[in-house]
Amino acid sequence: MAMQTQAKRELLALYEEPDQAADAVERLHGAGFEDNDIEILSSTPYPEGAFGEGHTKHRLFAFPFAGAACGMAVGIAWIVGAQVSLPIITGGKPVVAVPAIIQILYEGTLLGAVLFTVLGVLFESRLPDGVGLYDDRISEGYIGISVMARERRLPDAQIALEEASPIDLLSKEGSLMHAPGTT
Amino acid sequence: MQEPVVADTKTSNRELLDFVFAWPAWFFAVGGALNGLLVAAFVVVILMLMFGLQFLGYSHPVYWGFLIVNFVFWIGVSHAGIMVSAILRLTQAEWRRPVTRAAEVLTIFSLLTAVQFPLIHSGRPWRTMYWTFPYDWNRGAWPNPRSPLVWDPSAIFTYLTSTILFVYVALLPDLALARDRAPNPVSRAIYGVLAMGFRGTTRQWRIQTVAGLLLSAIILPIFVSVHSIVSWDFAVTSVPGWHNTIFAPYFVIGAVHSGVSAVVTVMIVMRYAFGLKRFITRDHIDSLARLLIVVATVWLFFFLLDFFFGLYGTEPAEVDTWQRRLVEPPWVVIAITFIICAYIIPVPMWMFRAIRRNFFWMFVTTILVNVGMWLERYMVVVPALERKSGLTFTYGDYAPSLSEFILVAASFALVILGFLTFSKLLPIMPAADIKEGQILADRIRVGRANVPAAMRE
Repeated sequence: MAMQTQAKRELLALYEEPDQAADAVERLHGAGFEDNDIEILSSTPYPEGAFGEGHTKHRLFAFPFAGAACGMAVGIAWIVGAQVSLPIITGGKPVVAVPAIIQILYEGTLLGAVLFTVLGVLFESRLPDGVGLYDDRISEGYIGISVMARERRLPDAQIALEEASPIDLLSKEGSLMHAPGTT
Repeated sequence: MQEPVVADTKTSNRELLDFVFAWPAWFFAVGGALNGLLVAAFVVVILMLMFGLQFLGYSHPVYWGFLIVNFVFWIGVSHAGIMVSAILRLTQAEWRRPVTRAAEVLTIFSLLTAVQFPLIHSGRPWRTMYWTFPYDWNRGAWPNPRSPLVWDPSAIFTYLTSTILFVYVALLPDLALARDRAPNPVSRAIYGVLAMGFRGTTRQWRIQTVAGLLLSAIILPIFVSVHSIVSWDFAVTSVPGWHNTIFAPYFVIGAVHSGVSAVVTVMIVMRYAFGLKRFITRDHIDSLARLLIVVATVWLFFFLLDFFFGLYGTEPAEVDTWQRRLVEPPWVVIAITFIICAYIIPVPMWMFRAIRRNFFWMFVTTILVNVGMWLERYMVVVPALERKSGLTFTYGDYAPSLSEFILVAASFALVILGFLTFSKLLPIMPAADIKEGQILADRIRVGRANVPAAMRE
C-alpha cells in the first residue's frame, strides 16, 4: 500500500553517443523498467527503435477524419443557414443550389481536417509540457535518457544510467555527478 | 541522392541560428527601404479610398487593372511554396530538407500580400465582411454563396490558416532549439512559450513525422482548390477570353511555374544573405531547375490549349480578344516579352547542367520567369475587359497609373519584409530536419564508385 502512494521521481542522463544511450535503455529494461517509464530526448529524430525503445502507438490518423466531418457540418450549417435566412430566388434556381455550395463544403471539410490534425499533434505529443526534466545540452546533440521511478527504485535506475557512461546525470535538485577532481 | 550536408550539431545550430540572434546593419537598411515603399503605398490607398477607383486610372470598362493582376500573381507565387514542401515531404525526397521552410514561409507572406489587393480594390475594405461572412443579422445582409466573391475568401482563409498551422507544427522543434540557444532570458521565455515545452521525446518526433505527412496530404487538395477558385473569378463570367473551362488547371500550373521559380530565387538570396552556403547547395538548385523544366512545359501546353480552343470555336468576340492580346500594340510587345521571359529564355537554358548548377544564372532566369508570369496575368485581365462590347462607349483607354506601379512595388516590399522579419525571428531552415538528414546519410560502395546514400525507415 505504501508503495502505491510513493511519488515518482525523474532522473535524466546525458550521453554523447547514440550507442551509449541505447546501452542505457537496455540496462534500464534489464533492471525492470518498462518503456512507459523511459523517455529518450534528442534534438533530432532518430529512426524508430534506434535506442531499443518500443513502437510508439498513437491515434493521430483518426483526428483528420473527425475534423473533416465537423468541418463539413459547420460548412453546411453556415452556407445553407445563410441562404435559408435570406432566400433570394435568382433565375428560378433553388435557394440552396448544390453546385454553388460545394466549394464552401470542400473548404470547410479540409479546414476542419487541418484544425483537428493540429489539435491531434498537440494531444498526441503531450503538449504543452512544462513538467519533464530537460537540459539545453540536448540541443547540442547529446541524447537524454529520462526515467521515472518510485523512490525505492531510484538507486536501480541511477546505477543502470551510470553504467552506460553518461556525461551528466540530473535530478530535479541538480547534477548527481561529481566534476572530475572534486569530491 | 545529393551530397549530404557535413557539419556537426553545434556547427549546424550556430549557422542556422546565426541570423536569428544577430542584428546586421543591412537588415535595418533593407527593412527601412521596404518600409518606405509600404508608406508610399499606404498613402496611395488612402487617396484611393478618398477619391475612388478613378484615382488609379480605372474607368468603364476596365475596372480590373494592376490590383487584380497583383492578386492573381501573389496567389500564384504562394502556391509553389506549399506544393514544393508538401510533395517533397510526401515523397520523402532527401533534398527537401533545406527547402521546405523557406517555401512554406514564402507561401504565407505571398498569400497575406495577395489578400490585400481585392480588399483595397473593393474601395470600402471594411464592408467586405458583409459580403463574406453571414454575421449581420440585424440588417439581414447575407453573402451570396453563388458568387466567387464568397468562394475566394473561404478558399484563401482555409489555405492561409492551414499553411500557418503547418509551418507552426513543423517549427516546434526549432522553437525548442531557439529556446535552448537564446542569448537572453526574454527571448528564451518567448521561444519557450512558443515551443510549448517540446523536449524531443521519441513520441514527439514520431508525431512530427506523421503530422508532416498528414498535413501535406490535406494541404495539397486545398492548394489546388485555391487557384482553381481564383481562376473561376474570371471563368464564371461571360467575358470573352475569360469564359473557359480550362482556366482552373491553366491557372494552377501557371501558379506552380511562377511559385517554384520564386522559391529558387529566394533560396539563392538566402544562401548569400543569411550565410547558408553549407545548406543550400548546387544540388538543390539543380533539382528544382529540373522540376521547373517539366512545370514550365506543362504550363506552355495549357497556354497553347487556351489559345487554340479560343480560336477553334471561331466565335467573333473570343477571336477578337485573342487578336487584341497577341497582335495589336501595345499588347503584342507585352505578349512577346511574356513568352520570351516565361519560357523561351529560361527553359532552353535549364537544359544545360552548367546553368542549372550556376547560382547567378538560376537567379536571373527565375526572376525572368516571374516577370513573364506577371505580364501573363496582365494579359489575361486587361485586354479582355478593354474589348468593345454592348453598352461600351470607350475602347481600350486603360493605361497603368504611377499609383498602380507604387502598389506593385509595395507588394514585393511586403513579401520581402515579411520573409525577412520571419527569418530574423525564427529559423528559416528546419534545423531538426537537416540534422536528421546528417544522421541518416551514408556513403556506399557500388563497384568502384563511392556514392552518397540515405537510410530510410
